[in-house]
Amino acid sequence: MRNPYRSQKIAYAFLLLSTLLIVVPVGMIVVIIIQKGLPAMNWQFLSDIPRQGMRAGGIFPAIVGTLYLVTGAISFALPIGLLAAIYLSEYSRDNLLTRIIKLAIVNLAGVPSVVYGLFGLALFVIFFGFGASILSGSLTLGIMILPVIITTSREALESVPASFREVSLSLGASKWQTIRHIVLPNALPGILTGTILGLGRAAGETAPILFTVAAFYLPQLPDSIMDQVMALPYHLYVISTQVPNVDEKIRYGTALVLLAMVLFMNLIAIIIRHKFRKRKKW
Amino acid sequence: MTKIITNGLNLFYGKFHALKNVNSGFGENRITAIIGPSGCGKSTLLRVFNRMNDLIDGVRTEGEVVIGEKNILAPATDLVALRKKVGMVFQRPNPFPLSIYENIVFGERIHGDKVKDDKLDEIAEKSLRDVLLWDELKDRLNEPALRLSLEQKQRLCIARVIAVKPDVLLMDEPCSTLDPNATQRVEELMRELKNKYTIIIVTHNMQQAARVSDDTGFMLLGELIEFGNTETVFTAPSDKRTEDYITGRYG
Repeated sequence: MRNPYRSQKIAYAFLLLSTLLIVVPVGMIVVIIIQKGLPAMNWQFLSDIPRQGMRAGGIFPAIVGTLYLVTGAISFALPIGLLAAIYLSEYSRDNLLTRIIKLAIVNLAGVPSVVYGLFGLALFVIFFGFGASILSGSLTLGIMILPVIITTSREALESVPASFREVSLSLGASKWQTIRHIVLPNALPGILTGTILGLGRAAGETAPILFTVAAFYLPQLPDSIMDQVMALPYHLYVISTQVPNVDEKIRYGTALVLLAMVLFMNLIAIIIRHKFRKRKKW
Repeated sequence: MTKIITNGLNLFYGKFHALKNVNSGFGENRITAIIGPSGCGKSTLLRVFNRMNDLIDGVRTEGEVVIGEKNILAPATDLVALRKKVGMVFQRPNPFPLSIYENIVFGERIHGDKVKDDKLDEIAEKSLRDVLLWDELKDRLNEPALRLSLEQKQRLCIARVIAVKPDVLLMDEPCSTLDPNATQRVEELMRELKNKYTIIIVTHNMQQAARVSDDTGFMLLGELIEFGNTETVFTAPSDKRTEDYITGRYG
């Protein structure tokens, strides 16, 4: 006789085990990086330029560079992504064109990041002649995070109940007024969440900035958006593989700063979402 | 005075013929009830008057609907102006997730340019007084509207419509989510409001139609079978089908 309770117990154990396995790598990454990187943390490391061929000093230019790139990427991707999301969720009808657009967005999300790098090199650096610059890098990163922003914004817009739109229109508001005063405010937390997740992704990617902006070694801050900058992910790659005899704690310290930046952004996204869930009651 | 006239009104959802040659006249400062079984087209008819059916793809209308000497089915109709004149109260109370105050002044903020705060206060107070909520809520205007009871929410929705100063109030089963006591109080409110507005109410509750309305229309499968004085419709209907429905033989 088969014992259904026994097989259920076995299945349950496997499910639990698989779920726990997800936590393990995350926990280990965080623990190891903190353990090995923390000794490097001090004010000088965060505020000084790299010295002695990146074997000493700090990573300040890389931190600043990453902040510039992230800001540039978002100021390009958020307006375009949000407007596209509004068009797709509020105005477009379901036809061949919009289905092609939606398919394009899904595929854009699946393009490997190194391909974005190559694309950015061909289009922005060479064709538009922006050279390797903050502008080229930001645009490349911006295109990379567009799908994230469009998809999450669309979901946020579509989760606003249809009855809100109906009431607003029935009160004589125009379609745009309805979007502006009713739909957008209620979708804002979701849009912000998506934006911050996009920011986190832009901060951490190496390949798209490799050919478009990142400087190998540039111990000074940029003067304009046409300058190259150092960036944390690329700097980490350089000191880990291209420069011999870099102290381990400098490598892990750099990784820790990058990880902390990304996790901090994700944390903000989680807090916004949590606050919003508590507030929303329809 | 007749406020709304429909002439040979036909409406199609794609191929489905939802309203069939509806001819009717809705009196000013009267409450007209539209009754009929589910799916008979009564809500569709109601939504013709403020063109809310436009939101659905594939809707086509024929004939004319005259409100204030204008055929509102004409393509050139200004929908914003129409919907300011013809307000709607929905089945489910649906305040915005804003404060009580912001719900009421929503229309004014949208329509007025450079609205002054004391004018908004005035509108909020007047509209709340009109729906008999002022005394209850005057100290709670900045609380979220979603915290109100169902009945208060529905009254608030009525106040929100009134604040736009319409001539016509369309009510789509406004009491169907309310308990009997709340229903009774909302019906009293409707009797108050008819002095200022032309009210059309869709209801599946025949007792409600009999209690509250001056005129009644009975619809079946998209046709307006009977239309006239409520007492006549309920006591001496001219069509056999109306009698069958009223006496509970179907629906």
